[in-house]
This record gives sequence, C-alpha cells and structure tokens, in this order.
Amino acid sequence: MDFMQLVTEGLWIVAKIVMILLPLILAVAYTTYAERKLIGYMQLRLGPNRVGPKGWLQPIADVIKLLMKEVVVPSGANKTLFLLAPILFIAPSFAAWAVVPFDAELVLSDTNAGLLYLLAMTSIAVYGVIIAGWASNSRYALIGSLRSASQIVSYEIAMGFALVAVLMAGGSMNLGDIVEAQNGSALHWFWIPLFPILVVYWISGVAETNRAPFDLPEGESEIVAGFHVEYAGMAFALFFLAEYANMILISVLTALFFFGGWLNPFQGIPYLEPATAWIPGTIWLLLKAAWFLFMMIWLRATFPRYRYDQIMRLGWKVFIPVTVVWLIVLTFWIKLEWGWWFDGRGLAQLAQTVGGAS
Amino acid sequence: MAEIRNYTVNFGPQHPAAHGVLRLILEMDGETVVRADPHIGLLHRATEKLAESKPFNQSIGYMDRLDYVSMMCNEHAYVMAIEKLMGIKPPKRAQYIRVMFAEVTRILNHLMWLGAHGLDIGAMTVFLYAFRERESLMDAYEAVSGARMHATYFRPGGVYRDLPEKMPQYKVSKFSNQKKVDELNENRQGSLLDYLWNFTESFPDRVDEYETLLTDNRIWKQRTVGVGVVSPERALQLGFSGPMLRGSGIEWDLRKKQPYEVYPELDFDIPVGSKGDCYDRYLVRIEEMRQSNRIIRQCIEWLRDNPGPVMLDNHKVTPPNRETMKNDMEALIHHFKLFTEGYCVPEGEVYVATEHPKGEFGIYLTSDGANKPYRLKIRAPGFAHLSAMNEMVKGHMLADVVAIIGTQDIVFGEIDR
Repeated sequence: MDFMQLVTEGLWIVAKIVMILLPLILAVAYTTYAERKLIGYMQLRLGPNRVGPKGWLQPIADVIKLLMKEVVVPSGANKTLFLLAPILFIAPSFAAWAVVPFDAELVLSDTNAGLLYLLAMTSIAVYGVIIAGWASNSRYALIGSLRSASQIVSYEIAMGFALVAVLMAGGSMNLGDIVEAQNGSALHWFWIPLFPILVVYWISGVAETNRAPFDLPEGESEIVAGFHVEYAGMAFALFFLAEYANMILISVLTALFFFGGWLNPFQGIPYLEPATAWIPGTIWLLLKAAWFLFMMIWLRATFPRYRYDQIMRLGWKVFIPVTVVWLIVLTFWIKLEWGWWFDGRGLAQLAQTVGGAS
Repeated sequence: MAEIRNYTVNFGPQHPAAHGVLRLILEMDGETVVRADPHIGLLHRATEKLAESKPFNQSIGYMDRLDYVSMMCNEHAYVMAIEKLMGIKPPKRAQYIRVMFAEVTRILNHLMWLGAHGLDIGAMTVFLYAFRERESLMDAYEAVSGARMHATYFRPGGVYRDLPEKMPQYKVSKFSNQKKVDELNENRQGSLLDYLWNFTESFPDRVDEYETLLTDNRIWKQRTVGVGVVSPERALQLGFSGPMLRGSGIEWDLRKKQPYEVYPELDFDIPVGSKGDCYDRYLVRIEEMRQSNRIIRQCIEWLRDNPGPVMLDNHKVTPPNRETMKNDMEALIHHFKLFTEGYCVPEGEVYVATEHPKGEFGIYLTSDGANKPYRLKIRAPGFAHLSAMNEMVKGHMLADVVAIIGTQDIVFGEIDR
C-alpha cells in the first residue's frame, strides 16, 4: 500500500467521522429544542418561541451564548483536570458512534467486537464525571460525582447483562449482524423474546444517561447541578452535549437491539411492505430512535426523582436478578428453538453438527 | 489510619430548594444527614417594629408580605385582633367575604406548596398545573382588590369594598386576537361570584389531575412515605399546628375548635393523617383544598342571596363614603382624621389566632390607647415547624431534607418577619 493510498483512506475515514458527528451535534441541538417544546406542551406552556419562527433558532442562540461565555475556573480547583474532565466525558460518547450501523452498509467501523466496544465506551465516561466533581473543589460537585459514579457503575452491570442476552439472541457481537438476525417481520424482532431485557436495558439506559427520574447526580433541588455545578460556557456545553448525545445513542441502540434497527416494520405484510419499500432503512432507524427519545422526554415530564438508596436498590435488587433469570430462560429458549427467533442455532443444529463431525 | 470526618454542606441561602432564603448547615455522613442547623434571619424586615410606628391601618399591607403566598389570611388575623380590642364586629356579609377569601387563599397557598413540593422531589409538571389554577384565583384577588398578591383588602370593620359585579375582561392586543380574547373572557361574563363559582365547579377535577400524577405514583410514595415521621406527642411538644399537626393524626383546626367569623355556619371536614410522614401531610393538604372548595361554594351561595353593607357604619373606624363627604362636614372631618391620625384603640392586650394555611397564625397586640400598637407580636406557624427541622431530618438522606423542607411548607416571609 503506497503512501497516497494511505492518505486518501485516512481522509475518507475523517470525512465519514465528520458525516456522523455533524448531524449528531445538530441532532443534539434540536433534541434540546424538542425537549423544551414537548415538555412545554405537556406542562401547558409554549416552550421557546421567540428566536426565529416558532423558536427554531433557539438552539443556535444557546450555542452562541455558551460560546461567548467565560469558562470560570473556581479558586482551589485543579485547573488541568477541571478542563480535561468535559473532554473525557464527551470523547467516549462520540466515539461510541463509530460502531453504530445506520443501515446495512452504513457504518463507520464494522467491527465484530462492536458490542464490547460500546460497553467500554459508555463505561469510560464515568471518569469524566468523577474528575469533574473532584477537580471543581466544590462539595456539591463532589457529592454529585460520587452519586453519578455509583449509579453508572451499578447500572452498567444490569446493562451488561442485558447486552449479554442480546448477544446470545443475535449470535454475534457485530451490531449489523444482530439487526440482521431480527430479519423477517416486526414479530421477528427481539422485543418479544427479550421483553424483560428490553425493559431493563431501556431503564438502565435512562439511568446511565442521568436522565429523570434517575437524574440525581444533577438533581437540581438537592445538589443544584451536581458534578457540573462549577462549569460555565463551553465547558458546561460539552457536558450538556455529551448527555444528549448519550440519550440519542441509547435510543438508537434500543432500536437496533430490540426493534430491528433499520428493518422495515411492515416487512412480511402484503401491500404495506411493497408500499413502504422505497423508504430507506436509515429513516426507519431514526424514527424508532426518535420514539425512544420522546419517551425519555416524556419520563422527565411525568416522574419525580428517585432517592439515592432507592436507585441502588432498583439496580441491584431488581434489574440484575431479572436479567440473570432471563438469561437462563433465554438459554433454554434458544436451545429448544421455541418460536421463529432463533432458527438454526438450537439443539437440532447442534445435533447436526455433532452428527456431521462423528 | 486516616481520620474520617463528617462532611459539612452549606445548603442555601442560594439554593433552588431553599424556599427563599433558608440556610441549612448540614453535617453529612456520606449521603446521610447527621445534623441540620437552620440559620434564619436573612429575610428579616422588622415588621413587628415597623408596625409600632404606624397607625393601625397602615400595617395591614405589611401583613400581606409576611407569608407572601397566603396574603389575606395574614391580614385576617391582624384585622381581627384590632376588632377584638376595639370590641367591634363587622357586618355578616363582610365576614362571609373574608371567610371566602381566606379559603381562596388557603387554596392559593396549598397550590403553591404542592407545586414547590413536587418540584423539590423532581416532579416538574405538577408545578405548572398548580400555577394554572393559582392564576385564576389571582385574578379573583385582582378583581376584588386591584392587586394580584398584596391585596390589603381586609380592614378593621369589614372589607375595603364589596365584591365587583363585573369581572375585568381581556382586550384584543397584538398578541391575542378577538377569538382568543373571547375564549379567555368566556368565564368572566358575570360577577366575581359567578367567576369563583365557575372555578369551584372545575377545581375538584383539577385536584384529581394532580393526584393522578402523584398520589399513587410509586416514586412519589417511595420519596414521601416514612420520611420525616413526627409522632402525635412530639408534634404537640414541638408546637406544630395546621396540616403539620393534622398530618400526625391530631384533629386540631382552629376553624372548628375555636371558631371565628362565620365558620360555625359552614359545613366542612378536617382531614387527619395517621402516620405523620410526608405522604400523610401531602394527603391532608390535598384534602384541605377540596374542603376549602366546599367552603367557598357555601360562601358564594350565601353571598348571592344576602346583599348588604360590607363595612361598619362607625366612621370613627371606617372611612365614610366619598359622596357623603362632598356635602357632609362631619364626614369630611371623619375622613381627614382617619387618614391622618387614624383611630385610637383602647388600652389592653389581645391574642387572636386564626387557622392560617400553614398552621396557627397568631397576632398578639398590646395597645396603650394610642393610634399605633404599643407592641405587635406575630406568631408564625412556620417558625415552630422549621425549628423541628433537625429532629425531622436526622438520619435521613440529603434528598429527604429537600422533601422535608417541602412538607413543612416554609415561607421565609413569616419566619423571619
């Protein structure tokens, strides 16, 4: 491989990264707008409606405001770590998108360890939170970061188990293969055999992203803003960006793991399938993800906040046992090939393989 | 081995859950609160001292600003104290109007409490729902007194003026067209009484709406059941009153036990809790809103059937009407004397307690026979409740502190005075 080829390949990768990140950042900006509007309507308010027609330019105005603001480093703070923390928080939440497939072929890195990589990236973000809390030299920030750390670590386990179930059902760690394993119809998707896992994964996802009702790391009525209480301007914006990028990520992943990703929901239905065949898979994926994003916003408007010990109890005493039990159930399910979800990976297949070998 | 120390957190006065300017020094062992030390006085405005330097009537406005979410209830106690000292009794209609507005105020206060309590525990939406109803009641305040909050409507000898026959209307502006305005004015076609009647028709459904969001919500129950438990004995010893006392299971309501104004003629119930935790106090206050709604309806019915004076005819205390002043010399003199010197109150001392939305709100008034109080002492219910803070939060978690501040329904206007 000569040098020029290397350069063009590298540039192509950079271009692909930009093609993912730019829409992502825009999506984040308009998720905040959607959230404010939706919660506004749920709460008999109008939401932002002053900047631009219907307030469409509000996110842009927010970005400009945050860019112009000074990043204040509090006295007694560890300056290096203080400024490093937001970067540590946002980098993994962007990096995780590398393995997310948007369509059968539309993925930045089609690795076979995609699921592991995702787990790793979502877990690493906790360092940013802890460092932010510690480096701020503020007690509220420290409490917030400790809460966040324990919460992320606890829910990581439930989430990890949930992903093991997905892995077993999909028979692959490659996200594309997991989606392909759900091919068939809306009833072939994993939400039916993995329903308890779906619930656990979804709620853990909400908890991981520190969203209401699990937003106690930043519970504004208790510890004001938690780990990012001392951050202003762009440093704060990075935390904000990362939180929303994580929300979108969790929504997209839920769609990928349990709702057939880019697959057409009308697959296998006469008339409807051909009629909707022209819609690209990416649109289906985004629509499904948007629904989960909407659910997150809806949750925030509806529920009060959990208390620290209650969140821990839910994670350790409910979710982890549920996932473990369902893993066992799933093992039998797969091996006995109930239903049509796990064709070709059950006992019959095993017997065939063994028979063929002997 | 490293020395392990507790962690001291300065909670407030600039804190979103401090309900104004509460400053709590929290000694924390991890998330658990070992000791809470409330520091007060940041909103001290010397109301009691100010009242000593002004004619009686001029302090009514200060009473609004004590507990600034239940304005007319504060006025009520003060005005009743002056009346008791002077031995006058306002006309029946004025008493009904006062009771009606005291109950409107109770709903206003409880709505504010509900919203703030919900927000403290993280339920944002209830807050805005509650404010929708507050808005309607504020309009009633405005229609009757001209001010949306600090009404200064009650006077010794009655109320400032009779209820308006017509509600103010919205007008077309560049923000709202005729259709929108018609919609807004739909329930404002009749008198204030019709407007309030309309409100009481829909209010129970609105309360149901809040309850669907909270009462059976698992998270809400987890956050409030068993939090900040106060036993009935302890509640009495700590000087609790109002919903705080009733939440602990003691049936004590001054409206029933030491009836004043026209409360004996009205039919209502006192809700009582059983366990004395935040959830019980929540239920008690929700039920109180429904009961207040009942009282308002009874008042409206009475007021519709019984027109009459709303002010005493004793012009040593109450101003004469504007028209008589134009051709009656004596009326003019009365007016001049009243608005310069005020009126003198016979020597003596008096304590009047009313069932304020937060508890027993008392005015202790000493007069030396002058036109100003010799001494005015305000018994604010929140003060006693706040002093129980340490006992209530000890051993709970940080998040419960916020829930307990919410359940105590603290307003610093009355605590710091």
